[in-house]
Amino acid sequence: MSVLNSLSLWAVPGMLALIPLWGAIRRVPVYDAFIEGAEEGLEIAVKIIPFLVGMLMALSIFRASGAMELLAEAMSGITGALGFPSEVLPLMIVRPLSGAGALAVTADLLKTHGPDSFIGRLASIMQGSTDTTFYVLTVYFGSVGIRRVRYSAAVGLTADLVGFLAALYVCQWFFR
Amino acid sequence: MMNLVWLGLILAGVAVAAATGRAAEVTDAAFAGGKLAIETAIGLAGLMALWMGIMKIAERSGLMEGLAMLLRPVVRWLFPTVPRDHPAVGAMLMNISANMLGLGSAATPFGLKAMQELQELNPDKETASEAMCTFLALNTASITLVPGTIIALRATYGSVNPAEIVVATLIASVVAGIFSIGLDWAVRTALRARGR
Repeated sequence: MSVLNSLSLWAVPGMLALIPLWGAIRRVPVYDAFIEGAEEGLEIAVKIIPFLVGMLMALSIFRASGAMELLAEAMSGITGALGFPSEVLPLMIVRPLSGAGALAVTADLLKTHGPDSFIGRLASIMQGSTDTTFYVLTVYFGSVGIRRVRYSAAVGLTADLVGFLAALYVCQWFFR
Repeated sequence: MMNLVWLGLILAGVAVAAATGRAAEVTDAAFAGGKLAIETAIGLAGLMALWMGIMKIAERSGLMEGLAMLLRPVVRWLFPTVPRDHPAVGAMLMNISANMLGLGSAATPFGLKAMQELQELNPDKETASEAMCTFLALNTASITLVPGTIIALRATYGSVNPAEIVVATLIASVVAGIFSIGLDWAVRTALRARGR
């Protein structure tokens, strides 16, 4: 476990050193490439602002009104049976629908419970181990005019659920 | 769908607020949510710029191509209905490699190209082929080597060790990925056995 944890700890410093070094060996103008990529990164950050505003506002209303508690109580049978804290339920609903929306839900959970809490870590892992199934299906099949997607929606959503469960168990294994 | 979820969150929130008399709290929360969004975006902007800058170097130095070469045998094995040297294989490999490195914006064009190539091989142009279903099963499970955006988001909110979730995320996403491919294979085999 301590080996895996130090692997996580060194993932970012390692990449910060090794990727530019590798780039230099391959004769990439590393600083120019970095600047170009950083510009794209800023664009992404600006593009997700509307999603963040929309989702964080809606989630804040939902939480402050007490509706979140009601939903958590109503669903605690289902989420509890699987072992999930009911706080992550909104993330499970939004994740297959919208990538930027799910990022906003994760942001809300990290802000409310703290990034180093169990819920914060679980939300982080859930966000990283699943994808926006409906979005990918719509864009990819839509681009070539496929109307009958057959079993792929069911397979994608089941995989999302398994991803959530895997995130839960791995999170418990690592951080408890 | 997202329209419904969003509307549902707001309407349910306001309705419950009406029942519990928390109108003032809801007003405050709505404005605080908007403010938090901008604070999050500002915190995230610098870190996303740093991350995407580093990943651009990775992209330029051929890391995607290198990963694609490593994955080639796996992809050939996963797509028995696609001819070995069909252009679809190359496009799918680049898409999967970009996804694994967290280069979402680079992944999509290759993914769309792959779908076009797979459509050429598809006898029924309105129904998804087996290869397409497998490709999407692979895509929606998305194995991530380093989830840069989430690390940046965790750092924005003051995590002591924002990257501590890297290995846990990798394990969870590999589990989901293997399950997804397995399920796709099982459904495909079952449907074939029934002659569909």
